[in-house]
Amino acid sequence: MKIADSPLLDIKNLHVHFTIREGLLRTNDATVKAVNGLSIALDAGDIFGLVGESGCGKTTLGRAVVGLAPITSGEVCFNGLNIVGLSGREAYERARHIQLIFQDPYSSLHPRKTVRDLVGEGMKFQGLAKGYEIDERVLAMLERLGLSIGHMYRYAHEFSGGQRQRISLARALVLHPEVLILDEPTSALDVSVQAQILNLLKELQSEFNLTYLFISHNLVVVRYMSNRIGVMYLGHLVETGLTNDVFRKPQHPYTRVLLSSMPSIDPDIAHTRILLEGDPPTPIDLPPGCPFAPRCCEVREHCNLEKPPLVQRGDDSTHLVACHFPYPH
Amino acid sequence: MAADLLLSVKDLKVYFYTLRGLVHALERVSFYVNRQETLGLAGETGCGKSVTARSILRLIDPPGRIMSGNIFFEGRDLLALNKAEMRHIRGSQISMIMQEPKISLNPVIRVGDQVAETLLVHDRSLNRRSARKQAVDMLAQLGIPDATRISRRYAHELSGGMGQRVMIAMMLVTRPKLLIADEPTSALDVSVQGQILELMQKLTKDIGTSVLMITHDLAVMAQTCDWVAVMYAGDVIEMGLVRDVLKHPQHPYTQDLLKTIPDKGNPNEPLYSIKGNVPSLLEPWTNCRYAPRCNYVMDRCKREIPPRYVLNKSHQVACFLYEGQGEIEMDKECFKETASP
Amino acid sequence: MRTLLNVTKTFDKKAARSQRWDARKRYLKDSYILWRRNRLMVAGTLIIVFLILVAAFAPLLATHDPYEQILHNRLEPPSIQQYFGTDNLGRDIYSRVIYGARVTLFIAILVAAISTPFGLVIGVVAGYFGGLIDEILMRLADVFLAFPKLILAVAFAAALGAGVENAIIAISVANWPGYARLARADTLSVRNNDYIQVIRSMGASNLRVMLGHITPMCISSIVVRLSLDMGVIILTAAGLGFLGLGAQPPMPEWGLMVSDGRQFLVNQWWISSLPGFAILIVVMGFNLMGDGIRDILDPHLR
Repeated sequence: MKIADSPLLDIKNLHVHFTIREGLLRTNDATVKAVNGLSIALDAGDIFGLVGESGCGKTTLGRAVVGLAPITSGEVCFNGLNIVGLSGREAYERARHIQLIFQDPYSSLHPRKTVRDLVGEGMKFQGLAKGYEIDERVLAMLERLGLSIGHMYRYAHEFSGGQRQRISLARALVLHPEVLILDEPTSALDVSVQAQILNLLKELQSEFNLTYLFISHNLVVVRYMSNRIGVMYLGHLVETGLTNDVFRKPQHPYTRVLLSSMPSIDPDIAHTRILLEGDPPTPIDLPPGCPFAPRCCEVREHCNLEKPPLVQRGDDSTHLVACHFPYPH
Repeated sequence: MAADLLLSVKDLKVYFYTLRGLVHALERVSFYVNRQETLGLAGETGCGKSVTARSILRLIDPPGRIMSGNIFFEGRDLLALNKAEMRHIRGSQISMIMQEPKISLNPVIRVGDQVAETLLVHDRSLNRRSARKQAVDMLAQLGIPDATRISRRYAHELSGGMGQRVMIAMMLVTRPKLLIADEPTSALDVSVQGQILELMQKLTKDIGTSVLMITHDLAVMAQTCDWVAVMYAGDVIEMGLVRDVLKHPQHPYTQDLLKTIPDKGNPNEPLYSIKGNVPSLLEPWTNCRYAPRCNYVMDRCKREIPPRYVLNKSHQVACFLYEGQGEIEMDKECFKETASP
Repeated sequence: MRTLLNVTKTFDKKAARSQRWDARKRYLKDSYILWRRNRLMVAGTLIIVFLILVAAFAPLLATHDPYEQILHNRLEPPSIQQYFGTDNLGRDIYSRVIYGARVTLFIAILVAAISTPFGLVIGVVAGYFGGLIDEILMRLADVFLAFPKLILAVAFAAALGAGVENAIIAISVANWPGYARLARADTLSVRNNDYIQVIRSMGASNLRVMLGHITPMCISSIVVRLSLDMGVIILTAAGLGFLGLGAQPPMPEWGLMVSDGRQFLVNQWWISSLPGFAILIVVMGFNLMGDGIRDILDPHLR
């Protein structure tokens, strides 16, 4: 039962921490704080773009929502119900509403299974169909996504990257979910194939009334696809708002860095890239205070002491930023 | 022009004999790289960029075979050299960086030693100590902080960006004339990518190395290359200065490719997508391979192979649309052997 | 539960079935081409096929009853009446070698059927769950691996008593840990791959994941190992027979026959050597086959 005016997928103050065992005696255990206090609310029909670099935790977040990463604390609510820590029958149920599309099309399809088995697997063990019924539904979905019956009994290695992503999509959609979490769906694809897949995603979204959590490091793609956006750094959400707002008036220094490094195919545009020093840090042993402080060009002393909360700083109530000294100054 | 020519590939043809049949990987690949300039080899998956790179270094193993063509490097045809001569060239005159540094670096040898080894292999007179020192110097030049300490680390202890820097150090420490970079930044983050590209540009200018940059990312090409050659299904279909090709693309494929990038696309309109699919390379080459997908296709395109037309001194297109607009490129002066250095 | 797509087109079962068939035919054809390329493998396969045919048609191929003792005919050299000669009890060695193929095949297949699935299950469970379960199972395997296979088999056979059935159990016991280690290694490398995570995210139970998704990835290593092991199994069985712990007289087991001919090695060489050749040829056949099998099983090489 859907409660009106409440978000479809509500992630509240999520923490995902892993312990890495160092050595036999477990004296040097390190904690990887992949996601720290993340809160995102998706309304039905949203395409929420989650951006950030590798190590920021966006992939871990996607996995945590579908139960593939251990949630240390916080809630993930779907239609008002908390779906943290499910198993067995309840996990099946969740899979019928939220599906994850994995990043690498070359490793997310089982090499020894035919397309028909891959796509129909979910239906089979959830008992939704059997025998040729499965073939029927699989074919219908494959055809909708641009594949044909000739592809159904082949193995994954016989397909190109774009086709594999379509197969992954078919597998997810055949269970009729409401939310799709797409983890870098086109990063491994050529530009022309990317265009096809992005168009397809938009069509499917409006046709089936889906909601997307679109995870990517490619800002150009995110700007095209999403209506809302969230910027992550070291497991924290540092800025969020409507895509147009954030792109036109970025408030967080890290967002500015990301936007400035957006590549352009015009060789005449002098590239005024704001360069960050060093490599992105790993989420082990985070310093107190703002996570971006060590690399921020606007850093002041207060930043190292207190972690900034995610609040509204400008005129727009949907545009939130976690910074003590956000732009414009 | 002839004196500036470093590498000139002429009508390179490479086939692979596979279970499914004969794969016509490269049909008529021709391009040239001048000294101290960067050529970008652009194209999508399967067009033959990586095969081209490996052919230049003669790293094509069975079931692949270099069928015909010439690769002139400083006046000598690399395809005519024997194995010993080729080994001398690899690593010291021509080096190659691959996409994933983690896979390309030996996991059980310290990175500093790996860089030093490249020097030792090519210069027998060098002793270990000075090789190590040169290695550390090179790492420092690549912006690696505390280079001496890092040189004692192993590959898996480094991040992606650091690993790629080590690869670049390894490949540039012998001061090669030509550096082939096969998707050097595809596996890296956007911010690290920018750093690595700038470093490569600076270093290659300092040492005077030419670069053959292979990538599918047109933005990387726009930032780093002087020239661009666009490949489609084993053929170089357009080549010219980067400004000409990216801002005034002539070949229908180049035009279509640039249109699919969601650079400033209106979010409410679907992205431009090229109809059809990449052709199967199992078919022999009888006509323009882009014909099935081309918006300007003519009858002739389905029957004959278009020659390369030279539009102005530097811009070449392999398309019948330009017949009469330029002379057919054939045995031009720049493809003749240059005098040995 | 809402439906995204209404299946409007009537599903063509026939078309689906023919597509499925086509896919299978293609697979078999590719396998055949890969097999044919490797000449040694072809030789190995032909030897094994020959062995199976000999075992199947033993009654037709043998010239005499393998158990019949014609005492006035003992220790006769090979001749037209007895192709391989007779042993010290007057039994025709040729017929005994023919029937011995059955015994050999029987032992080899049963050992494979017992030890391989057992090892596979232990390995997959250990690799999948890790932690304490992994430690316990692997230490158990280590205990068995600590002894050379033949010694272990001899020990178990001696403890269980003589006889073919006990020999089979003894060899299986010595054989399973190798497969367990192999399966565990494959499971560890596959366990964290995306395609396994996908199924887990859909709510699949551990049993389903292990059985349906991880095991198929282990099969090719196991099969290769098995075909190479067959030779060892046959030799171990022969060894047990030789020592008197396996097949008991008057069963025509090749190892036992070699043992029987020990005292007559110098003057009546045919009693030990000819069964010995049979062992040699069969073991070689399995080895040659095992080398090439990986190429056929691994789809990535296509």
